[in-house]
Amino acid sequence: MNTETFFGYRRENGRVGIRNHVVILPVDDISNAAVEAVANNIKGTLALPHAYGRLQFGEDLDLHFRTIIGTGANPNVAAVIVIGIEPSWTQKIADGIAETGKPVAAFSIEQNGDLKTIMNASHKAKEFVHWASEKQREECDISELWISTKCGESDTTTGLGSCPTVGNMYDKLLPKGIYGVFGETSEITGAEHLCKARAIDDDVAERWYAMWKAYQDDVIFAHQTDDLSDSQPTKGNILGGLTTIEEKALGNLEKIGRTSKFIDILEPAEAPKKGKGLYFMDSSSAAAECVTLMGAGGYVVHTFPTGQGNVVGNPIVPVVKITANPRTVRTMPEHVDLDVSGILRREMTIDQAGDALIEMIVRTSNGRLTAAEALGHREFVMTKLYRSA
Amino acid sequence: MSIPHLLVHDKEDNVGVVVVEGLTAGTDMLCVVTEDNSSFNLTAKADVPIGHKVALKDLSAGDTAIKYGQDIGKMIGSAEKGGHVHTQNLKTKRW
Repeated sequence: MNTETFFGYRRENGRVGIRNHVVILPVDDISNAAVEAVANNIKGTLALPHAYGRLQFGEDLDLHFRTIIGTGANPNVAAVIVIGIEPSWTQKIADGIAETGKPVAAFSIEQNGDLKTIMNASHKAKEFVHWASEKQREECDISELWISTKCGESDTTTGLGSCPTVGNMYDKLLPKGIYGVFGETSEITGAEHLCKARAIDDDVAERWYAMWKAYQDDVIFAHQTDDLSDSQPTKGNILGGLTTIEEKALGNLEKIGRTSKFIDILEPAEAPKKGKGLYFMDSSSAAAECVTLMGAGGYVVHTFPTGQGNVVGNPIVPVVKITANPRTVRTMPEHVDLDVSGILRREMTIDQAGDALIEMIVRTSNGRLTAAEALGHREFVMTKLYRSA
Repeated sequence: MSIPHLLVHDKEDNVGVVVVEGLTAGTDMLCVVTEDNSSFNLTAKADVPIGHKVALKDLSAGDTAIKYGQDIGKMIGSAEKGGHVHTQNLKTKRW
């Protein structure tokens, strides 16, 4: 099949999305009820309820705004209704999203109540749905894709098969001009020397290492109560045969392939600013948190290698599941978009698997629902840095 | 080529990964090094689940386990050549 182009939705700011959602976005936890009521009233909209947004401050508040605004700004989203308890932060988020040029409307609940807010927001949401549903896909060059990656429920087969498959895809598509991103700060532990060596220059390498070390010192060593043997690797990783964080990290890093260098380090949910190429995002290794942050950074399709069978999805970003584990293919095939278990049988090369992944990315971009989308996985999970005030 | 029982990432490695289900002790395993497609045979000394590691030589407490040509932790117990290597005898050096 032709993998040089795909059919996507060209947005007002020139970016290309592969989905066409009208999102109903809460500023805070207590606006979830109104958001879900609007999404229930108006078919073709998507509510993104979440747990936070009150009394946050400092860097944690900045991350909250960045995540919410970035999610609304993502090119997979056609238009956005923002609902918050009070008008100030609600408008701030709507204004941030409106910089993309897409339709945005803000509604606040205080002095209106849920019912009036829901009625007003529902009228506007209906307008947006009519408008968005007439948008047409157009042919776009493959270089216009922003492709993220993060693996989950890894085992030893991910390092042998599914992660090198993603790496091969990046080796082929990054030179064509796509944006890529990887992350999972804690999960590079044991491969940090190899990761640092993949930075584009000394400055990026030193900044990357300082970021990685800060997480080790300020979070893990400051909060650990044991050797993390129940957390990193996870119990699922251990069942799958991974024994240590070093072993897990070396498999994880296979996702960035052999040839590409990363050109900058992104804060969680930060959009890249240095043009096409591969980025590292400082992020949790927990699947839903990481995919949510990368989506907020502007990435439109996610490649997700799994060994034991992580089932995660995201409401706005299609998550393409790749596994090389034949047992997982056998026991939970409904979660697998691409089976590369032939690599373990030496029936399929990494090069062939990379080509198969590129085809699946293009098919997904053209509109094929991923396994996670078909199964209704919509995990939208905010990263919280510390307790609210 | 026949389907391998065990894959090894790098020539320097002293552990490999079982890639078939239901491997039983005594199996004469076909082992392939993915780096250069070279192969060798090794007898499994235990029933080892798919995805789990097998020692490619006798390993003792204190030895470093090598996979991907890299340090993946220290042996805290022994493993005979062909034996199972996992949390009972291998531990991280990091935390």
